Amino acid sequence: MQWESWSAFFNMGGYAFYVWFSFGLTALCMVWEVIALRKRRAEALRLTQLLAQD
Amino acid sequence: MNINWFKYSSPQTFYPLAGKMIPWFAWLAAILAVAGLYIGFAIAPTDFQQGEAYRIIFVHVPAAWMSMVIYIVMAGWAAIGLALNARLSAMMAQALAPTGAIFTLIALVTGSLWGKPMWGTWWVWDARLTSELILLFLYLGFIALQSSIDDPRRADRAGALLALVGVVNVPIIYFSVKWWNTLHQGSSINMGAAPKMAATMLLGMLIMALAFWMYTVAVALMRVRCIMLERERTSDWVKELSVQGIAGVKS
Amino acid sequence: MVIKARHKRFILIGIGLALVGLAAMLILNAFQSNMVFFYTPTQVDKGEVPHNTGFRIGGMVLENSLKRQDDGLTVHFSITDTAKTVPVVYKGVLPDLFKEGKGVVAQGKVGPDGIFMASEVLAKHDENYMPPEAAEALKRAQEQGSTSLVMPK
Repeated sequence: MQWESWSAFFNMGGYAFYVWFSFGLTALCMVWEVIALRKRRAEALRLTQLLAQD
Repeated sequence: MNINWFKYSSPQTFYPLAGKMIPWFAWLAAILAVAGLYIGFAIAPTDFQQGEAYRIIFVHVPAAWMSMVIYIVMAGWAAIGLALNARLSAMMAQALAPTGAIFTLIALVTGSLWGKPMWGTWWVWDARLTSELILLFLYLGFIALQSSIDDPRRADRAGALLALVGVVNVPIIYFSVKWWNTLHQGSSINMGAAPKMAATMLLGMLIMALAFWMYTVAVALMRVRCIMLERERTSDWVKELSVQGIAGVKS
Repeated sequence: MVIKARHKRFILIGIGLALVGLAAMLILNAFQSNMVFFYTPTQVDKGEVPHNTGFRIGGMVLENSLKRQDDGLTVHFSITDTAKTVPVVYKGVLPDLFKEGKGVVAQGKVGPDGIFMASEVLAKHDENYMPPEAAEALKRAQEQGSTSLVMPK
Protein backbone atom coordinates (compact mmCIF):
# COMPACT_ATOMS: atom_id res chain seq x y z
CA MET A 1 0.00 0.00 0.00
CA GLN A 2 1.21 3.45 -0.89
CA TRP A 3 -0.69 5.41 1.74
CA GLU A 4 -0.13 6.00 5.42
CA SER A 5 -3.73 6.96 6.06
CA TRP A 6 -7.01 7.58 4.33
CA SER A 7 -6.56 11.32 4.64
CA ALA A 8 -3.18 11.07 2.94
CA PHE A 9 -4.89 9.11 0.20
CA PHE A 10 -7.62 11.71 -0.28
CA ASN A 11 -5.08 14.51 -0.13
CA MET A 12 -3.10 13.05 -3.07
CA GLY A 13 0.08 14.80 -2.03
CA GLY A 14 -1.61 18.18 -2.32
CA TYR A 15 -2.99 17.54 -5.79
CA ALA A 16 -6.40 16.33 -4.58
CA PHE A 17 -8.41 18.81 -6.67
CA TYR A 18 -6.70 17.92 -9.95
CA VAL A 19 -6.61 14.17 -9.43
CA TRP A 20 -10.14 13.73 -8.06
CA PHE A 21 -11.66 16.16 -10.55
CA SER A 22 -10.09 14.12 -13.37
CA PHE A 23 -11.37 10.78 -12.11
CA GLY A 24 -14.74 12.20 -11.07
CA LEU A 25 -15.34 13.81 -14.43
CA THR A 26 -14.40 10.61 -16.28
CA ALA A 27 -16.76 8.53 -14.13
CA LEU A 28 -19.53 11.10 -14.52
CA CYS A 29 -19.20 11.12 -18.31
CA MET A 30 -19.41 7.34 -18.47
CA VAL A 31 -22.37 7.04 -16.10
CA TRP A 32 -24.18 9.82 -17.95
CA GLU A 33 -23.58 8.15 -21.31
CA VAL A 34 -25.03 4.84 -20.11
CA ILE A 35 -28.07 6.50 -18.53
CA ALA A 36 -28.69 8.57 -21.67
CA LEU A 37 -28.50 5.43 -23.81
CA ARG A 38 -30.95 3.55 -21.59
CA LYS A 39 -33.38 6.45 -21.87
CA ARG A 40 -32.91 6.58 -25.62
CA ARG A 41 -33.59 2.86 -25.86
CA ALA A 42 -36.73 3.08 -23.75
CA GLU A 43 -38.00 5.91 -25.94
CA ALA A 44 -37.18 4.04 -29.15
CA LEU A 45 -38.94 0.92 -27.90
CA ARG A 46 -41.98 2.92 -26.82
CA LEU A 47 -42.30 4.48 -30.28
CA THR A 48 -41.87 1.22 -32.14
CA GLN A 49 -44.50 -0.40 -29.95
CA LEU A 50 -46.88 2.47 -30.62
CA LEU A 51 -46.30 1.92 -34.33
CA ALA A 52 -46.78 -1.83 -34.05
CA GLN A 53 -50.08 -1.45 -32.23
CA ASP A 54 -51.61 0.58 -35.05
CA MET B 1 -14.66 -21.52 -42.06
CA ASN B 2 -18.26 -21.61 -42.97
CA ILE B 3 -19.53 -18.70 -40.93
CA ASN B 4 -21.75 -16.59 -43.09
CA TRP B 5 -20.59 -13.10 -42.16
CA PHE B 6 -23.16 -11.50 -44.36
CA LYS B 7 -25.84 -13.05 -42.20
CA TYR B 8 -24.62 -10.88 -39.31
CA SER B 9 -24.32 -7.81 -41.46
CA SER B 10 -28.07 -7.33 -41.53
CA PRO B 11 -29.62 -5.39 -38.66
CA GLN B 12 -32.28 -7.96 -37.81
CA THR B 13 -29.71 -10.66 -37.07
CA PHE B 14 -27.18 -8.34 -35.50
CA TYR B 15 -29.69 -6.72 -33.14
CA PRO B 16 -30.22 -9.76 -30.86
CA LEU B 17 -26.54 -10.75 -31.14
CA ALA B 18 -25.48 -7.28 -29.97
CA GLY B 19 -27.99 -7.52 -27.12
CA LYS B 20 -26.36 -10.75 -25.93
CA MET B 21 -22.84 -9.26 -26.14
CA ILE B 22 -23.48 -6.05 -24.19
CA PRO B 23 -23.53 -7.54 -20.65
CA TRP B 24 -20.29 -9.43 -21.30
CA PHE B 25 -18.43 -6.32 -22.36
CA ALA B 26 -20.01 -4.25 -19.59
CA TRP B 27 -18.91 -6.72 -16.90
CA LEU B 28 -15.44 -7.00 -18.39
CA ALA B 29 -15.17 -3.20 -18.38
CA ALA B 30 -16.30 -2.98 -14.75
CA ILE B 31 -13.94 -5.72 -13.52
CA LEU B 32 -10.98 -4.28 -15.44
CA ALA B 33 -11.73 -0.76 -14.19
CA VAL B 34 -11.79 -1.93 -10.56
CA ALA B 35 -8.50 -3.80 -11.08
CA GLY B 36 -6.94 -0.86 -12.92
CA LEU B 37 -7.98 1.65 -10.26
CA TYR B 38 -6.69 -0.62 -7.50
CA ILE B 39 -3.31 -0.96 -9.20
CA GLY B 40 -3.25 2.73 -10.07
CA PHE B 41 -4.00 3.99 -6.58
CA ALA B 42 -2.92 1.25 -4.19
CA ILE B 43 0.01 -0.50 -5.83
CA ALA B 44 1.65 1.94 -8.25
CA PRO B 45 4.27 4.04 -6.45
CA THR B 46 4.45 7.80 -6.41
CA ASP B 47 6.39 9.45 -9.24
CA PHE B 48 9.88 10.90 -8.72
CA GLN B 49 9.15 14.23 -10.35
CA GLN B 50 5.37 14.68 -10.42
CA GLY B 51 4.44 13.19 -7.06
CA GLU B 52 0.84 12.03 -6.84
CA ALA B 53 -0.39 14.30 -9.64
CA TYR B 54 0.91 11.80 -12.19
CA ARG B 55 -1.99 9.45 -11.24
CA ILE B 56 -4.14 11.42 -13.66
CA ILE B 57 -2.29 9.32 -16.25
CA PHE B 58 -4.59 6.38 -15.42
CA VAL B 59 -7.55 8.13 -17.05
CA HIS B 60 -5.82 10.65 -19.29
CA VAL B 61 -3.75 8.29 -21.44
CA PRO B 62 -6.42 5.56 -21.87
CA ALA B 63 -8.98 8.25 -22.82
CA ALA B 64 -6.56 9.82 -25.30
CA TRP B 65 -5.75 6.43 -26.81
CA MET B 66 -9.43 5.58 -27.14
CA SER B 67 -10.17 8.95 -28.74
CA MET B 68 -7.75 8.03 -31.54
CA VAL B 69 -8.61 4.32 -31.77
CA ILE B 70 -12.34 5.01 -31.93
CA TYR B 71 -11.82 7.54 -34.70
CA ILE B 72 -9.91 5.03 -36.81
CA VAL B 73 -12.49 2.29 -36.21
CA MET B 74 -15.31 4.73 -36.92
CA ALA B 75 -13.68 5.83 -40.18
CA GLY B 76 -13.13 2.18 -41.06
CA TRP B 77 -16.81 1.35 -40.60
CA ALA B 78 -17.76 4.47 -42.52
CA ALA B 79 -15.47 3.43 -45.38
CA ILE B 80 -16.96 -0.07 -45.51
CA GLY B 81 -20.43 1.46 -45.43
CA LEU B 82 -19.51 3.78 -48.26
CA ALA B 83 -17.86 1.13 -50.41
CA LEU B 84 -20.30 -1.73 -49.90
CA ASN B 85 -23.36 0.40 -49.33
CA ALA B 86 -23.81 -1.54 -46.09
CA ARG B 87 -26.25 0.13 -43.76
CA LEU B 88 -25.07 -1.74 -40.64
CA SER B 89 -21.50 -0.47 -41.14
CA ALA B 90 -22.73 3.10 -41.40
CA MET B 91 -24.77 2.60 -38.23
CA MET B 92 -21.67 1.31 -36.41
CA ALA B 93 -19.78 4.44 -37.43
CA GLN B 94 -22.65 6.58 -36.21
CA ALA B 95 -22.78 4.66 -32.92
CA LEU B 96 -19.08 5.17 -32.21
CA ALA B 97 -18.90 8.93 -32.78
CA PRO B 98 -20.45 10.20 -29.51
CA THR B 99 -18.31 7.85 -27.40
CA GLY B 100 -15.23 9.00 -29.30
CA ALA B 101 -16.18 12.61 -28.71
CA ILE B 102 -16.65 11.96 -24.98
CA PHE B 103 -13.23 10.32 -24.67
CA THR B 104 -11.65 13.21 -26.57
CA LEU B 105 -13.28 15.65 -24.17
CA ILE B 106 -12.10 13.59 -21.18
CA ALA B 107 -8.55 13.52 -22.60
CA LEU B 108 -8.59 17.29 -23.10
CA VAL B 109 -10.04 18.18 -19.70
CA THR B 110 -7.95 15.72 -17.67
CA GLY B 111 -4.92 16.94 -19.63
CA SER B 112 -5.77 20.47 -18.66
CA LEU B 113 -6.17 19.43 -15.01
CA TRP B 114 -2.77 17.78 -15.25
CA GLY B 115 -1.11 20.65 -17.09
CA LYS B 116 -2.05 23.30 -14.57
CA PRO B 117 -0.15 21.90 -11.56
CA MET B 118 2.72 20.35 -13.57
CA TRP B 119 3.43 22.67 -16.49
CA GLY B 120 1.95 25.76 -14.92
CA THR B 121 -0.81 26.32 -17.47
CA TRP B 122 -4.28 24.97 -18.28
CA TRP B 123 -3.74 25.18 -22.01
CA VAL B 124 -1.11 25.94 -24.64
CA TRP B 125 -1.43 25.91 -28.40
CA ASP B 126 1.23 23.31 -29.03
CA ALA B 127 0.88 20.72 -31.79
CA ARG B 128 -0.30 17.88 -29.51
CA LEU B 129 -3.03 19.83 -27.74
CA THR B 130 -4.18 21.61 -30.88
CA SER B 131 -4.46 18.44 -32.96
CA GLU B 132 -6.42 16.70 -30.17
CA LEU B 133 -8.79 19.67 -30.10
CA ILE B 134 -9.21 19.33 -33.88
CA LEU B 135 -10.15 15.68 -33.25
CA LEU B 136 -12.98 16.84 -30.99
CA PHE B 137 -14.19 19.18 -33.75
CA LEU B 138 -14.04 16.33 -36.26
CA TYR B 139 -16.21 14.14 -34.03
CA LEU B 140 -18.67 16.98 -33.44
CA GLY B 141 -18.67 17.82 -37.15
CA PHE B 142 -19.43 14.20 -38.01
CA ILE B 143 -22.31 14.07 -35.51
CA ALA B 144 -23.69 17.42 -36.66
CA LEU B 145 -23.42 16.58 -40.34
CA GLN B 146 -25.15 13.24 -39.90
CA SER B 147 -28.00 14.69 -37.91
CA SER B 148 -28.47 17.63 -40.26
CA ILE B 149 -29.28 15.44 -43.27
CA ASP B 150 -32.71 13.85 -43.15
CA ASP B 151 -32.17 11.07 -45.67
CA PRO B 152 -30.17 8.45 -43.70
CA ARG B 153 -28.34 7.09 -46.75
CA ARG B 154 -27.17 10.53 -47.81
CA ALA B 155 -26.30 11.37 -44.21
CA ASP B 156 -24.18 8.20 -44.05
CA ARG B 157 -22.32 9.11 -47.20
CA ALA B 158 -21.62 12.70 -46.17
CA GLY B 159 -20.54 11.57 -42.69
CA ALA B 160 -18.29 8.89 -44.14
CA LEU B 161 -16.48 11.40 -46.34
CA LEU B 162 -15.86 13.72 -43.41
CA ALA B 163 -14.72 10.82 -41.24
CA LEU B 164 -12.28 9.63 -43.92
CA VAL B 165 -10.82 13.06 -44.55
CA GLY B 166 -10.32 13.49 -40.81
CA VAL B 167 -8.28 10.30 -40.49
CA VAL B 168 -5.14 12.24 -41.44
CA ASN B 169 -5.42 14.03 -38.10
CA VAL B 170 -4.84 10.83 -36.10
CA PRO B 171 -1.19 10.24 -37.08
CA ILE B 172 -0.65 13.97 -36.64
CA ILE B 173 -1.84 13.72 -33.03
CA TYR B 174 0.24 10.63 -32.39
CA PHE B 175 3.49 11.87 -33.91
CA SER B 176 3.07 15.57 -33.04
CA VAL B 177 5.39 15.19 -30.04
CA LYS B 178 8.06 13.76 -32.36
CA TRP B 179 7.64 16.03 -35.34
CA TRP B 180 7.51 19.35 -33.55
CA ASN B 181 8.73 21.02 -30.40
CA THR B 182 5.82 20.67 -28.03
CA LEU B 183 5.25 21.38 -24.36
CA HIS B 184 3.63 17.97 -24.12
CA GLN B 185 6.24 15.31 -23.40
CA GLY B 186 7.01 12.46 -25.79
CA SER B 187 5.43 9.01 -25.66
CA SER B 188 6.39 6.84 -22.71
CA ILE B 189 5.57 3.74 -24.71
CA ASN B 190 7.19 3.27 -28.08
CA MET B 191 7.45 0.43 -30.54
CA GLY B 192 10.77 -1.38 -30.22
CA ALA B 193 11.86 0.39 -27.06
CA ALA B 194 11.50 -0.35 -23.36
CA PRO B 195 8.63 1.60 -21.80
CA LYS B 196 9.78 4.60 -19.83
CA MET B 197 7.55 3.78 -16.89
CA ALA B 198 7.82 1.64 -13.77
CA ALA B 199 6.17 -1.75 -14.35
CA THR B 200 3.24 -1.31 -11.95
CA MET B 201 2.44 2.16 -13.32
CA LEU B 202 2.46 0.74 -16.84
CA LEU B 203 0.31 -2.23 -15.82
CA GLY B 204 -2.32 0.01 -14.21
CA MET B 205 -2.44 2.21 -17.28
CA LEU B 206 -2.77 -0.70 -19.70
CA ILE B 207 -5.54 -2.33 -17.65
CA MET B 208 -7.42 0.97 -17.52
CA ALA B 209 -7.03 1.26 -21.29
CA LEU B 210 -8.45 -2.24 -21.69
CA ALA B 211 -11.36 -1.31 -19.40
CA PHE B 212 -12.10 1.78 -21.51
CA TRP B 213 -11.94 -0.39 -24.62
CA MET B 214 -14.50 -2.85 -23.26
CA TYR B 215 -16.68 0.04 -22.12
CA THR B 216 -16.52 1.48 -25.64
CA VAL B 217 -17.67 -1.80 -27.19
CA ALA B 218 -20.54 -2.07 -24.70
CA VAL B 219 -21.88 1.47 -25.18
CA ALA B 220 -21.34 1.38 -28.95
CA LEU B 221 -23.43 -1.79 -29.12
CA MET B 222 -26.08 -0.17 -26.93
CA ARG B 223 -26.17 2.83 -29.21
CA VAL B 224 -26.19 0.87 -32.45
CA ARG B 225 -29.24 -1.02 -31.17
CA CYS B 226 -31.02 2.28 -30.53
CA ILE B 227 -30.06 3.51 -33.99
CA MET B 228 -31.41 0.31 -35.55
CA LEU B 229 -34.74 0.70 -33.76
CA GLU B 230 -35.01 4.37 -34.71
CA ARG B 231 -33.99 3.98 -38.33
CA GLU B 232 -35.87 0.81 -39.16
CA ARG B 233 -38.98 1.61 -37.17
CA THR B 234 -41.26 0.77 -40.07
CA SER B 235 -39.49 -2.41 -41.15
CA ASP B 236 -41.00 -5.83 -40.52
CA TRP B 237 -38.33 -7.05 -38.14
CA VAL B 238 -38.72 -4.11 -35.77
CA LYS B 239 -42.50 -4.49 -35.84
CA GLU B 240 -42.09 -8.19 -35.11
CA LEU B 241 -39.82 -7.30 -32.21
CA SER B 242 -42.33 -4.81 -30.88
CA VAL B 243 -45.15 -7.31 -31.03
CA GLN B 244 -43.00 -9.70 -29.01
CA GLY B 245 -42.13 -6.87 -26.64
CA ILE B 246 -45.76 -6.04 -26.04
CA ALA B 247 -46.39 -9.74 -25.43
CA GLY B 248 -43.70 -9.62 -22.74
CA VAL B 249 -40.88 -11.42 -24.54
CA LYS B 250 -37.58 -9.82 -23.62
CA SER B 251 -35.40 -8.83 -26.53
CA MET C 1 -11.37 -8.39 -66.03
CA VAL C 2 -14.65 -6.87 -65.12
CA ILE C 3 -14.47 -4.15 -62.52
CA LYS C 4 -17.49 -4.29 -60.30
CA ALA C 5 -19.12 -1.08 -59.14
CA ARG C 6 -18.13 -2.03 -55.61
CA HIS C 7 -14.46 -2.34 -56.49
CA LYS C 8 -14.58 0.91 -58.37
CA ARG C 9 -15.88 2.65 -55.27
CA PHE C 10 -13.04 1.13 -53.22
CA ILE C 11 -10.51 2.42 -55.73
CA LEU C 12 -12.08 5.87 -55.75
CA ILE C 13 -12.05 6.03 -51.97
CA GLY C 14 -8.42 4.95 -52.01
CA ILE C 15 -7.51 7.68 -54.46
CA GLY C 16 -9.50 10.22 -52.47
CA LEU C 17 -7.71 9.27 -49.26
CA ALA C 18 -4.33 9.48 -50.95
CA LEU C 19 -5.15 12.95 -52.26
CA VAL C 20 -6.31 14.16 -48.87
CA GLY C 21 -3.18 12.72 -47.30
CA LEU C 22 -1.03 14.49 -49.84
CA ALA C 23 -2.84 17.77 -49.30
CA ALA C 24 -2.38 17.44 -45.56
CA MET C 25 1.34 16.76 -46.03
CA LEU C 26 1.71 19.87 -48.14
CA ILE C 27 -0.21 22.01 -45.69
CA LEU C 28 1.85 20.66 -42.81
CA ASN C 29 5.04 21.37 -44.68
CA ALA C 30 3.93 24.92 -45.34
CA PHE C 31 2.94 25.43 -41.74
CA GLN C 32 5.98 23.71 -40.33
CA SER C 33 7.53 26.99 -39.33
CA ASN C 34 4.36 28.11 -37.60
CA MET C 35 4.00 24.85 -35.72
CA VAL C 36 7.11 25.58 -33.71
CA PHE C 37 6.06 25.89 -30.11
CA PHE C 38 9.48 26.90 -28.87
CA TYR C 39 12.97 27.64 -30.15
CA THR C 40 16.20 26.21 -28.77
CA PRO C 41 18.99 28.39 -27.35
CA THR C 42 21.09 27.41 -30.39
CA GLN C 43 18.42 28.84 -32.70
CA VAL C 44 18.37 32.00 -30.58
CA ASP C 45 22.14 32.23 -30.90
CA LYS C 46 21.97 31.87 -34.69
CA GLY C 47 19.21 34.45 -34.89
CA GLU C 48 16.65 31.99 -36.27
CA VAL C 49 13.91 33.49 -34.12
CA PRO C 50 11.19 36.09 -34.75
CA HIS C 51 12.68 39.55 -34.27
CA ASN C 52 9.71 41.80 -33.72
CA THR C 53 7.39 39.59 -31.72
CA GLY C 54 7.81 37.54 -28.62
CA PHE C 55 8.60 33.85 -28.83
CA ARG C 56 9.28 30.87 -26.61
CA ILE C 57 12.61 29.33 -25.66
CA GLY C 58 12.74 25.70 -24.58
CA GLY C 59 15.53 23.73 -22.97
CA MET C 60 16.97 22.80 -19.59
CA VAL C 61 17.40 25.08 -16.63
CA LEU C 62 21.19 25.27 -16.31
CA GLU C 63 22.48 23.75 -13.04
CA ASN C 64 23.46 26.35 -10.42
CA SER C 65 22.09 29.19 -12.51
CA LEU C 66 18.92 29.87 -10.49
CA LYS C 67 19.11 33.02 -8.40
CA ARG C 68 16.27 34.69 -6.56
CA GLN C 69 16.22 38.44 -6.10
CA ASP C 70 15.49 39.92 -2.70
CA ASP C 71 11.91 40.80 -3.60
CA GLY C 72 11.23 37.04 -3.60
CA LEU C 73 9.46 37.17 -6.94
CA THR C 74 12.09 37.97 -9.54
CA VAL C 75 14.24 35.04 -10.57
CA HIS C 76 17.27 34.77 -12.82
CA PHE C 77 18.25 31.54 -14.51
CA SER C 78 19.73 30.27 -17.76
CA ILE C 79 18.16 28.00 -20.35
CA THR C 80 20.54 25.65 -22.11
CA ASP C 81 20.39 22.99 -24.83
CA THR C 82 23.92 21.91 -23.79
CA ALA C 83 25.37 23.73 -26.83
CA LYS C 84 24.22 27.29 -26.16
CA THR C 85 22.83 29.11 -23.15
CA VAL C 86 20.40 32.01 -22.84
CA PRO C 87 20.09 34.05 -19.63
CA VAL C 88 16.50 34.65 -18.51
CA VAL C 89 14.85 36.96 -16.04
CA TYR C 90 11.30 36.34 -14.84
CA LYS C 91 9.00 37.88 -12.29
CA GLY C 92 6.20 35.66 -11.11
CA VAL C 93 5.24 32.28 -9.75
CA LEU C 94 7.18 29.30 -11.05
CA PRO C 95 5.43 25.98 -11.69
CA ASP C 96 5.91 23.12 -9.21
CA LEU C 97 8.13 21.18 -11.57
CA PHE C 98 10.49 24.06 -12.24
CA LYS C 99 13.93 22.79 -11.20
CA GLU C 100 17.55 23.13 -12.21
CA GLY C 101 18.46 20.45 -14.74
CA LYS C 102 14.83 20.00 -15.76
CA GLY C 103 12.92 21.04 -18.86
CA VAL C 104 11.50 24.53 -19.17
CA VAL C 105 9.69 26.64 -21.76
CA ALA C 106 9.73 30.42 -21.32
CA GLN C 107 7.73 32.96 -23.30
CA GLY C 108 9.04 36.48 -23.72
CA LYS C 109 11.38 38.77 -25.63
CA VAL C 110 15.10 39.28 -25.84
CA GLY C 111 15.99 42.58 -24.21
CA PRO C 112 18.61 45.01 -25.53
CA ASP C 113 21.13 43.56 -23.06
CA GLY C 114 20.68 40.07 -24.53
CA ILE C 115 18.76 38.85 -21.51
CA PHE C 116 15.50 37.06 -22.28
CA MET C 117 12.68 38.74 -20.38
CA ALA C 118 10.09 36.07 -19.73
CA SER C 119 6.44 36.85 -19.18
CA GLU C 120 5.49 33.21 -18.62
CA VAL C 121 7.53 30.22 -17.51
CA LEU C 122 6.24 26.67 -18.01
CA ALA C 123 7.79 23.42 -16.87
CA LYS C 124 8.32 20.76 -19.51
CA HIS C 125 8.69 17.36 -17.90
CA ASP C 126 9.92 14.23 -19.64
CA GLU C 127 8.09 11.01 -20.39
CA ASN C 128 9.77 8.97 -17.65
CA TYR C 129 7.70 7.73 -14.74
CA MET C 130 9.29 5.89 -11.83
CA PRO C 131 9.30 5.80 -8.04
CA PRO C 132 11.67 8.26 -6.29
CA GLU C 133 13.90 5.42 -5.04
CA ALA C 134 14.44 4.23 -8.60
CA ALA C 135 15.26 7.75 -9.76
CA GLU C 136 17.71 8.08 -6.89
CA ALA C 137 19.42 4.78 -7.77
CA LEU C 138 19.60 5.80 -11.41
CA LYS C 139 21.19 9.11 -10.49
CA ARG C 140 23.79 7.42 -8.29
CA ALA C 141 24.64 4.93 -11.03
CA GLN C 142 25.06 7.75 -13.51
CA GLU C 143 27.31 9.76 -11.21
CA GLN C 144 29.57 6.78 -10.63
CA GLY C 145 29.42 5.41 -14.13
CA SER C 146 30.33 8.24 -16.41
CA THR C 147 31.60 11.74 -16.49
CA SER C 148 29.81 12.47 -19.73
CA LEU C 149 28.40 15.93 -20.12
CA VAL C 150 25.40 14.70 -22.07
CA MET C 151 22.31 15.46 -20.07
CA PRO C 152 19.59 12.86 -19.79
CA LYS C 153 16.85 13.82 -22.18
